[in-house]
Amino acid sequence: MNINDIKSTGTKATRDGFGQGLLEAGRKNPNVVGLTADLLESLQMQHFLKEFPERFFQVGIAEANMIGIAAGLATAGKIPFTGTFANFSTGRVYDQIRQSVAYSHKNVKICASHAGLTLGEDGATHQILEDVGMMRMLPGMTVINPCDYHQTMAATMAIAEYHGPVYLRFGRPAWPMFTEGMPFKIGKALLLGKGTDVTIFATGHLVWTSVEAAQELAAQGISCEVINIHTIKPLDEKAVLDSVKKTRAVVVAEEHQRFGGLGDAIANLLVHNDPVPMEYVGVKDSFGESGKPNELLDKYGLSKKDVIWAVKDVMDRKKS
Amino acid sequence: MSDISQLKELATQVRRDIIRMVFNCQSGHPGGSLGCTEFFVALYGNVMKHKPKPFKMEGKGQDMFFLSNGHISPVWYSVLARTGYFEPKELATFRKINTRLQGHPATHEGLPGIRIASGSLGQGISAAIGAALAKRLDGDKRWVFALTGDGELDEGQCWEAIMSAAHMKVDNLIVTVDWNGQQIDGPTSQVMDLGNLPAKWKAFGWDVLILENGNDLEAVIAMLRKAKRRTGKGKPVVILMKTQMGYGVDFMQGTHKWHGKAPNQEQYEQAMAQLKVAQTADF
Repeated sequence: MNINDIKSTGTKATRDGFGQGLLEAGRKNPNVVGLTADLLESLQMQHFLKEFPERFFQVGIAEANMIGIAAGLATAGKIPFTGTFANFSTGRVYDQIRQSVAYSHKNVKICASHAGLTLGEDGATHQILEDVGMMRMLPGMTVINPCDYHQTMAATMAIAEYHGPVYLRFGRPAWPMFTEGMPFKIGKALLLGKGTDVTIFATGHLVWTSVEAAQELAAQGISCEVINIHTIKPLDEKAVLDSVKKTRAVVVAEEHQRFGGLGDAIANLLVHNDPVPMEYVGVKDSFGESGKPNELLDKYGLSKKDVIWAVKDVMDRKKS
Repeated sequence: MSDISQLKELATQVRRDIIRMVFNCQSGHPGGSLGCTEFFVALYGNVMKHKPKPFKMEGKGQDMFFLSNGHISPVWYSVLARTGYFEPKELATFRKINTRLQGHPATHEGLPGIRIASGSLGQGISAAIGAALAKRLDGDKRWVFALTGDGELDEGQCWEAIMSAAHMKVDNLIVTVDWNGQQIDGPTSQVMDLGNLPAKWKAFGWDVLILENGNDLEAVIAMLRKAKRRTGKGKPVVILMKTQMGYGVDFMQGTHKWHGKAPNQEQYEQAMAQLKVAQTADF
């Protein structure tokens, strides 16, 4: 697979993929139910509500109660999908998730939109950059951060078929689509382009950014292997180690704090198995702010040029 | 097991279990456990339709119970054991390493009868609502019961849940509040005054029942049965159940001081001497 073959077929928001995926999952399985905390259309859950009104629960602006009700629904055999912003899906309800969902191993799907800086103008109160770290730390929690409309739709349908708690993270803006027809399997990394000099592991919106960076680098004669890690936990350890064995240099790109996210997951794996030079593309211990998504990604070091610099830096370290 | 004298005997045996469990491991919460003994005996011994074996998590076609104030695990574990969920001898493992009887109830070790972890307060009513909604979706006519502490009502999530149950007309749900007026740091009136509790629940849209003596077994059974008759009318039902913390052991009674404290040898013997059964079946 050549990175230059990856092409965008237009833009759509990942949350739209969630809305469509939820509708399809609901059609396939009558046990799928939906809940929202006053963010129905932000999460694109209105499609599900329209078709299955009796299977949808509006809980108002009360996220803690939403998680608890979802845990109770799951106890009695339903497959609840909760929908609110990533900030209110995690930090606000961490203890509820910890006790009623994760520790109790409930089949609850915590679906979190508007994650990261690309939420944009609403600013740092809503731009959570710590959620992956929080969710990764919970024993038994599956953490998935799909990269485009199609992958989010596929992931939403896949988690309905999987038994256990899941955190599904996606975003607000329209974003390039490029994974149509590609396979999606929970816990299975997706190779987007083979390469020999550096491996770029990317998740979420930063996957497209990494594809564009790798294409530009290819034109400069630098061969990047691009691997999409949509499932951050459980990590596809074999895919990571096999690639690193070959390239001996790693860049990780994610719309998240450098602490606790995909970068730390991979660093942890490598430090125990195969330490190699590694660079992070992520937010450096900082809150975000208001602005347009691309302005924010640029200001906080999450743009295509930041991926390119990270690749060049890590190649220098590999040589020395 | 519906003969009232048998159930009273069972309640005393449960109290013996509670004292032995907390004495054995020198930790745990005897006060609220003793205060809610009649409630648990009434629920599992008379009111609920439930099948201990094989225990089914989903509880289809059965009544389901959720304990929100998980720290009173000793009374729950004892009643579960005494009604056939597991062998009473396992009560001896309470709070000890490798036990299924964790300090606070958990599903993690697979203890039959437990459907969700509780202990971090304020979460149980929400879970009970979820289970009740699932029963409604399934056309399952059985009930969902939940117990919450009164001090626990300090938690905001309780009121989120209380508001939503009325809004969603969850009328197959019966919540009981252990209205003992005590919490860890003292009387609820001093720590955080609950004010006019019946009026609050009523204002939130619930059908409110008050039980003046939650340590009178027959009164508890009658009230739970009455509560069932009040369901199905578009409103969730709450029983505000006055109990005495530590009921049944004179020096533990009516005080918050035995909320989370184990008796010493002398106190243990004193307590056990007060809890006489015709035939002991201690674990």
